[in-house]
Amino acid sequence: MTMTGVLRPGHAQIRVLDIKESIPWYTDVMGLVPMGQDRQGRAYFKTRQEHDHHSVILRQADRAGLDFFGFKVLDKATLDDLEKNLRAHGVATERIPAGDLLETGERVRFTLPTGHVIELYAEKKDVGNAMGYTNPEVDVIEGKGICPVRMDHALLYGPDIDGNRELFQKALGFSLVERVKLEDGQTDLALWLTCSAKAHDIALVRHAEPGKLHHVAFLLSTWEQVLRAADIMSKHRVSIDIGPTRHGITQGTTIYFFDPSGNRLETFCGGYDFYPDMHPVTWTWDEVGAGIFYHDRKLNDAFLTVVT
Amino acid sequence: MTAYTILIEDTGESYRCADHRSVLQGMEALGKKGIPAGCRQGGCGVCKVQVAQGSFSKRVMSREHVSAEEEAIGCVLSCCIKPTSDLRLSVIGKMKKNVCRTVEPAGVRPVYST
Ligand code: FES
Ligand SMILES: [Fe+2]
Repeated sequence: MTMTGVLRPGHAQIRVLDIKESIPWYTDVMGLVPMGQDRQGRAYFKTRQEHDHHSVILRQADRAGLDFFGFKVLDKATLDDLEKNLRAHGVATERIPAGDLLETGERVRFTLPTGHVIELYAEKKDVGNAMGYTNPEVDVIEGKGICPVRMDHALLYGPDIDGNRELFQKALGFSLVERVKLEDGQTDLALWLTCSAKAHDIALVRHAEPGKLHHVAFLLSTWEQVLRAADIMSKHRVSIDIGPTRHGITQGTTIYFFDPSGNRLETFCGGYDFYPDMHPVTWTWDEVGAGIFYHDRKLNDAFLTVVT
Repeated sequence: MTAYTILIEDTGESYRCADHRSVLQGMEALGKKGIPAGCRQGGCGVCKVQVAQGSFSKRVMSREHVSAEEEAIGCVLSCCIKPTSDLRLSVIGKMKKNVCRTVEPAGVRPVYST
């Protein structure tokens, strides 16, 4: 497969209740690299290994949650094409001018049927990952905090996930990787979609309220790093939701935990590679517990109900 | 370290909560139940309580779940308050109903409610 179209999740703008306490937390506990603040006071971060200027933006607000989630696309021509696809699909789009986010080009913004705001963009400054493009060293993790590899995906909660699936598949070229069926055997409770060779780039769960965030996830390189992350969390009194454990769905190992504003984050490792000729995996209602948490084989209350 | 007695009026259960812990953390640390626990960081709203008696210090909590008026009358998120005296409180928050618990029999579209 040649990767064209939508490449990957590129940024998540997360609302925090107190940005002064959140900046040190995302820096020292998450181990993200602070990339400055803009005139609105939004704080920017990237992981050590990411090349683009930022992948996480924090905005102070009086409630927690996700402002928007952005995907990077191949180039400006692709951005124009995808905007046309969205409009042909009946989706209203808006252009946010270059520079609104630091070091970022023009963005195409639209709202999903579940009420979440999604953006596409083609340009963000490549600031490098300090290893360079010539004869790079291995990135030995010596710094503070968890130091994830990249911001990897998000799980969104809202009512019309069928509408979201259609939009992602038909207008943006995503593939369905896994799904969980409700008791009726028909209705999808949850969907995992990819735009790449990852097991998921975005996931969706059916939920009464629109526009809710379940989690933003960060990739780690090994299970050992997942355990190290759990140690760092406990040492810093981070509120852990569940884990370390494994998901049956995507087969990744995981910890769910909360930032200082109650936004759920995930650090995970693994998951299989996806190719577009693969058949979607279905989880039936009676095995959903093992799908979500493979070792416990049961859902916890918080997984389905605690969102921001 | 100072600790205070927290009484959950709904269940009659009480526990001692150290003053450096939130009321929710203090409950969880002793394996007690009564107040639902979610994010423990003031974002999700499931741990909301009404304090009937006593004093506490507080940190910022989401306005989506606690209005300024509510906050003023002690209707607060228990993960965001630390006791500065003994407290009596009742539980307001709950784990919201979700799709799984509201699904209708086969063939009927589920009804979603919170
Ligand atoms: S547990 Fe989420 S607001 Fe208290
Ligand atoms: Fe995830």
